[in-house]
Amino acid sequence: MAEPSPRRPEPLRSLSLAWTFLRIGAMTELQYRVNFFIQIFQTIIMVGTALAVLALVFSHTEELDGWSSPELLAVVGIHVLMGGIIRTLIQPNMIRLIEEVREGKLDYALTKPEDAQLLVSVRDIRIWQFVDVPVGATILGIALTQLDRQIGAGSAIAFGVALLLGATMIYCFWMILTIGAFWIVRMEFIVELFEGVYQAGRWPVTIYPGWLRASLTFLVPIGFAITVPAEAVTARLNEVTLLGAAIFAVLLFGFTRVLWRVGLKRYSGASA
Amino acid sequence: MNAVARSTRLPAIVDFYITVMRVAVQEQFQYRAANYAYMIGMIAEPVIYLVVWSTVANAQGGEVGGYSAAELAAYYIVWTLVRNINIVFTPNGWEWRIREGDLSGMLLRPVHPIHYDLAYFAGWKVVVVVMWLPLAAVLAAVFRPDLTVTGVEVMVFSVSLLGAYLIRSMFLWVLGMITFWTTRVTALYELYFTAELLLSGRLVPLNLMPPWAQTLADFLPYRWTFGFPIEALVADLPTSDLLSGLAMQAAWTVAGAALVAVVWRAGIKRYSAVGN
Repeated sequence: MAEPSPRRPEPLRSLSLAWTFLRIGAMTELQYRVNFFIQIFQTIIMVGTALAVLALVFSHTEELDGWSSPELLAVVGIHVLMGGIIRTLIQPNMIRLIEEVREGKLDYALTKPEDAQLLVSVRDIRIWQFVDVPVGATILGIALTQLDRQIGAGSAIAFGVALLLGATMIYCFWMILTIGAFWIVRMEFIVELFEGVYQAGRWPVTIYPGWLRASLTFLVPIGFAITVPAEAVTARLNEVTLLGAAIFAVLLFGFTRVLWRVGLKRYSGASA
Repeated sequence: MNAVARSTRLPAIVDFYITVMRVAVQEQFQYRAANYAYMIGMIAEPVIYLVVWSTVANAQGGEVGGYSAAELAAYYIVWTLVRNINIVFTPNGWEWRIREGDLSGMLLRPVHPIHYDLAYFAGWKVVVVVMWLPLAAVLAAVFRPDLTVTGVEVMVFSVSLLGAYLIRSMFLWVLGMITFWTTRVTALYELYFTAELLLSGRLVPLNLMPPWAQTLADFLPYRWTFGFPIEALVADLPTSDLLSGLAMQAAWTVAGAALVAVVWRAGIKRYSAVGN
């Protein structure tokens, strides 16, 4: 530690902190290059299965609840893309946080002179999982070509905003689950719980019965994270939905923040 | 070797099973919340399939592949029980067993380690099935399945659960033992489980699969661990099909046991624990 650097304005500091961790994480992971090929293989299997299921469904029907085959392909693309973001940036941090709460190692993060929630959310990264982002984007691109529909600038912006809001909400949801570690000791099941529920997003949430659709929108924000961006590129989205997503994202973020503070009070550390 | 032969005589091994099962029940009952959360996460999978295929059935005039929406509901609700019975020692666990030297302790015991896994997971099932009952009731209330069963079907179904449990235990054990030779097994496991997903009746009743896939499924053990038990109860199979299904399960159980014996013998020669 040399001279303490002059404090930069808050949002910039957060970003540069996240960037630093990103670089460290990338350098660590770059040492394990075989993992890249394993990841490619896993992505191929995942995408292959998704396409096989889609082909199977459309061998029995022309359309699913008003969605055509290329439209559902677009949903698959967004599902893969968002899954890549989750597994690259969100999930590794959450798994580490759960472990540290259980083992009492969270002390190290709490004693640092930074916002603890920010710190625990940006420390870890799995760069190879990022493969799913371009792969998902490619599937989405192919789907849009098949749809043969011009995507205007408005739709493209709406898509980007919806995706960003969706990722934020998924982060909040994961964080809320993770905060459960302050109360419950055995949390290994949480990853499977999340991945099980995340699979629901491979289909537009509108196909689910009302109570389930509501849960998949507000309880587990998969509807916002995947269906809404898909609606943006298939000319289904209206401004009200997008505005609703924005308001809900802000509320959820605030709630997560409060819950994190409450959870921290339960934490007693390893030596206490 | 004499000690091994003596201890695997029937009464001792029965006693071993009962004891291990009892321990499993007591241990797992302590983790009620974790077990429940795990089950709820697991139920997402069949509910998704059920909704998708019911939507297809309704769009096709109420039926797809001979299944109405209500019959699909029955299929996927029975699925949840079969899936719970099907949970066995994961092949991923072998890496840990070998790396941590956990296996060394098991080798000291006078019974083949597979008995421990079979007994422990069987005991765990008692807890799981008790917890499953209310979930099944909720699913039935929500999705209104159409399920009429005969006495024969119930009997065959019960026996087939045991068959499914044994077959899946054995084959996943063999898969896990590959760790004796190499630790780069992730890709292989994914392939195995993807094939299982598509060709077992787990994703969708096999009737809905294309004919070539159904033929392929006939030559693999997968369908006897998912599709057959479910269809035994849900589909109106003729008695001859029910009985020949049980015979197939018996054959695959024997094949699995033989594979376990052979691979175990070869694998254990390659095993050297930390500290040896």
